[in-house]
Amino acid sequence: MARRIRTIARYILLTAIGAVMVGPFLWMVSTSMMDQQDIFRVPPQWIPRQIHLKNYRAIMEVLPLGTLLLNSFTIAICATIGQLCSCSLAAYAFARMKFRGNTVLYFVLLATMMIPAQVTMIPVFLIMKFLGLIDTLYALIVPAFFGGAFGTFLLRQFYATIPTDLEDAARMDGCGKFRILWSIVLPLSKPALATLALFTFMTYWNDLLGPVIYLSSVENATLTMGLANLQSGVMVTRYDLLMAGSVLSVLPILLLLIIGQRWFVKGIATTGLKE
Amino acid sequence: MMRPTRTFRVLEPYLYLLPTLIGLALFSAGAVAVSFLMSFTHWDIITTPEWIWLENYITLWQSDLFWEVVWNTVYFILLAVPLSVVASLALALAANTTLKGIVFFRTAYFLPVVSSMIAVALVWSWIYNPEYGLLNYLLDLFFGIRGPAWLDSTSWALPAMVIVTVWKGLGYSMVIFLAGLQNIPQDLYHAATIDGAGVWKKFRHITLPMLSPTTFFVIVITLINSFQVFEQTYVLTKGGPANSTLTMSYYIYQNAFQFFQMGKAAALSYVLFAAIFVVTLIQFRIQKRWVFYG
Repeated sequence: MARRIRTIARYILLTAIGAVMVGPFLWMVSTSMMDQQDIFRVPPQWIPRQIHLKNYRAIMEVLPLGTLLLNSFTIAICATIGQLCSCSLAAYAFARMKFRGNTVLYFVLLATMMIPAQVTMIPVFLIMKFLGLIDTLYALIVPAFFGGAFGTFLLRQFYATIPTDLEDAARMDGCGKFRILWSIVLPLSKPALATLALFTFMTYWNDLLGPVIYLSSVENATLTMGLANLQSGVMVTRYDLLMAGSVLSVLPILLLLIIGQRWFVKGIATTGLKE
Repeated sequence: MMRPTRTFRVLEPYLYLLPTLIGLALFSAGAVAVSFLMSFTHWDIITTPEWIWLENYITLWQSDLFWEVVWNTVYFILLAVPLSVVASLALALAANTTLKGIVFFRTAYFLPVVSSMIAVALVWSWIYNPEYGLLNYLLDLFFGIRGPAWLDSTSWALPAMVIVTVWKGLGYSMVIFLAGLQNIPQDLYHAATIDGAGVWKKFRHITLPMLSPTTFFVIVITLINSFQVFEQTYVLTKGGPANSTLTMSYYIYQNAFQFFQMGKAAALSYVLFAAIFVVTLIQFRIQKRWVFYG
């Protein structure tokens, strides 16, 4: 009996925390379906008196939603490909190859995690300006192809847990290093690659600072930028529209979270324990 | 089959590392060096930079706004870090169970982490609305308190940003704490139960010390992130009202990309870098006194 009560109490606690963590999202969805008059009511309406989808239609008129979504997707997907390629190569060298400076270089790479983005953002902006990439999606995509501390660390840690027997056997058969990486190590590393892909996609999809610095014209804007501009513009009190836009920005990520919950958790747990 | 030459075998690792090395040279090390040099110049991005030695740093030292920004950043950190660490640990303890459906709850707690800061900040700006927002309505309903104007108030805007930031990051630290909790050997608890230790004693003498490496990691990460709060400011307040939420990283962004004072912005970014470096170093120094590596 006491055990039963404790279980129920735990569920109540978990649900209460859940209300705080998810409540704002439900409120977001609810507001996005409200009529403009229903928003400014005291007491607030929890559930729209009538479900309206017109805010979603209206937001397509104020924002070039198709373009914004396409740009956000392009950046996030290309950056994910870039990180997967560059990090998996570097991590393989760090995990499996002997060369001068292996440890030092790895340490230097990890130390870059401490550099605040604000220090590098002006020089990187100048590099992009020099390359003529300002106000193009490339400005955000290109750096992703040049490695990263988090991704390399994550994959190196994972490679280190793979037994080398298979690779040794392959080497005996005259397999080159790249062949081994491509047909043995990478297929075995799918969970770690999935984690990295999820994190990279999420980071670039949600990024605001990067787009705000590099992109200026409407045809290159991202969804996060569109929302920020909408809010700082004339729409500051149009919560119905702002919430509809927010729902659209959270939706793809929510899908990813539901599909990839396991890998998100694994990725974070790895970085936390192996420091 | 052609045997790989000796030169190739020596160079091969660097081939795999080539993208990373270029990235490191250009976007990290190179950028850090250029930023450092830039901090000694006056430069509006169009005309030729002018070398002015330490003038940027001296001007900053003498400016009241700079110290206000420093204070705001420190105040933000002092509120956000303890709150975030304690709350995420509590969350992890609550979620550290094998009850049915626990994965569902954990996923739900993780939702703010994966959502964009812009979407999160927008919904909170609506929740904070003084007249029609949810928060003041609930404060009135449950406690009979007339809530403040939150984002429009010079004393409440910063705490309001802290709440959003902490709330958004809770799920992340929770997952790290959960991994740490699950690494504690269960025998310790069994032994303590046999010795008649209660829940609090077990928490105080087993969980906390065994978890201290994890706690250390969470504190370091949360601190580094708190130094760099940007998007919340950009969406919620733009540094206002009356500069009360103007923190370092937003101030750097303003100087660089709104006022085009690249030299000043670079100097500021070095102040931020130095602060993060020193604080992290101090943390690693004092960890020996309280972190227990079993």
